[in-house]
Amino acid sequence: MRMPDGQAAGQRVADRPVRLDDYRAVVPASTLDLLRRLADRVRGRSLVHINSTRVGGGVAELLQRYVPLLEELGVTTRWDVVRGTEEFFRVTKSFHNALQGQSQSFTDAMLRTYLETNQENARRLNLDADVVLIHDPQPAALIASANPKADGTRRGRWVWRCHIDASRPQRRAWTFLQQFVTQYDAAIFSLPKFAQRLPIPQYLIYPSIDPLSEKNRDLTPEEISATLQRLGVPQDKPILLQVSRFDHFKDPLGVITAYRLLKKHDDCRLVLAGGSAEDDPEGAQVLAEVLTARNDDPDIHVLVLPPTAHREINALQRAATVIIQKSTREGFGLTVAEGMWKGKPVIGGFAGGITVQIIWGVTGYTVNSAEGCAFRIRRLLHNPDEAAQMGRNAREYVREQFLITRDLAEHLALMVTLLR
Amino acid sequence: MTAARPFEFVECLELREMLGRTAWDERELLAGIEDVPAGSIAYHTRSYFLRSRYLAAPYPNDFATWAAIQIRDRVLGERLTVVDPFDFSDIEQLRAELVTIIDHHLTTVQTVPRADYGEPFHFMRSVLIEVPTGISVTTLRAFRDGLERVDTSAIYYHFYESHRRPEADPLAWLQTELGRDDVVTQMRRLNPYVTSLAGMRAQLLTACDTALGDAP
Repeated sequence: MRMPDGQAAGQRVADRPVRLDDYRAVVPASTLDLLRRLADRVRGRSLVHINSTRVGGGVAELLQRYVPLLEELGVTTRWDVVRGTEEFFRVTKSFHNALQGQSQSFTDAMLRTYLETNQENARRLNLDADVVLIHDPQPAALIASANPKADGTRRGRWVWRCHIDASRPQRRAWTFLQQFVTQYDAAIFSLPKFAQRLPIPQYLIYPSIDPLSEKNRDLTPEEISATLQRLGVPQDKPILLQVSRFDHFKDPLGVITAYRLLKKHDDCRLVLAGGSAEDDPEGAQVLAEVLTARNDDPDIHVLVLPPTAHREINALQRAATVIIQKSTREGFGLTVAEGMWKGKPVIGGFAGGITVQIIWGVTGYTVNSAEGCAFRIRRLLHNPDEAAQMGRNAREYVREQFLITRDLAEHLALMVTLLR
Repeated sequence: MTAARPFEFVECLELREMLGRTAWDERELLAGIEDVPAGSIAYHTRSYFLRSRYLAAPYPNDFATWAAIQIRDRVLGERLTVVDPFDFSDIEQLRAELVTIIDHHLTTVQTVPRADYGEPFHFMRSVLIEVPTGISVTTLRAFRDGLERVDTSAIYYHFYESHRRPEADPLAWLQTELGRDDVVTQMRRLNPYVTSLAGMRAQLLTACDTALGDAP
């Protein structure tokens, strides 16, 4: 079912909190009705979200939208964050990296800091709710200190939501964390390959994008043109775009190789847009390699954008002819869904969550080499009708699978399941 | 004609659960299919349609998709696409058919195809959460209008999973409450396996419109 697309819906709601009805512009009315009726089954129940920060990062961004929408749906929802010293957050950063497979060392003092901070937060925070949703490793040990009832059981149902790629965790870090995770009633992971061997149910909930956010809302052609002009990217020939930080796993050099193979036959521009690399030595090095590989080609645009450049990313994606995400290793890779939402075919590396977002030959192509990437782009440039159809398919697939409304529905379904 | 017992439309939502079991090659896939709970076989075959509401992927079940895309064994992928899960009223018969096909396929290959460059297969299952719509109908006209209004998950619930609750079976209702054998005969000819939920809805509406004399 194809929906009429909302006209600049994000603008309309920019000066007030987003309400569920605002999504009528972008999802079928039946989806919102289903969400409301599902919520009726947990109406009046309470939910508390705990994470580590109110600003910055994908989880905080998500919760800023989730909490008011859940409240509107009749679920009494609170959101609180753990407090800690710089040392605590250094330790949890190490946990984060270790769960993502980086080698990290942990001293007894580090583990003690982690446990003591969680104990202090368990005393401070109000964790009394029907469902307690703990996000990521930072607050995972809260469960060990949460006040049980007199009979030793806890009132609420506790769920650990792991947002990070834990497919290849450093064993020592995971073993330490596992002692807490096994005390939960359930865990949620973003991809099946992130799941672990656990004696508790492990649910799969894909992350989602918000179609009304600045990064995804509809833009007028004038807004797109003005933004591209400001970024110095002419719209005189097809634009190939990869949005990602400058990281070897995102393979920006492979994208340049694909562009050069293509450029022998077809005139086009390549835009590589990524975040600032000031505090990331590896990122700075990859950016330097990209600039060297660019070799002063005026049709290669390397844009280093601040983390707040949501409208710029949005405009670039809407102006692109083909969107690329040629990662060799990836978490979920929501930039793919963002590109697909703009109605563009996406060519992605065969990695992580890219493989669940791209239906090969239907919404785009997954590729395994620069050559494959060049071939698929060339084919799409020469078959604009096919590319347009893929773009339409891509947008519909995102509407069905990767919007915040589906994400909310699955969280409500989880509450229904846990509380029945 | 008006039904004495109304038909109530129910929508549904799937909560997906990972079983923590993976297969890296076709022999492990076979062993998994033999062992996993019946709900997992249903998840990877029948309920595939709930997850692909508007778009049909190249292979209409997860086993075939994995064999063709991740293992790059198109032969097994194609062989598994032939298995129409709606031909089997019992999930164990469906399991046996899948096992037979993979087992036979393994006798025809010299080495067991493996996901060396792809992702392993992750066995899953799901909990289906029923969400009543409050739409209750007593005539064919109202039934048709309800079909048009509901979320496509209701099409799945009533036409792909009607075995769950006899009172949720629309064909039984049309037959016993409205005596519309003509509509039922037309609807029985529709094959859920070769279309999406949106496509199925369109065909169901056509069947109703024909019976109501509204067909263009």
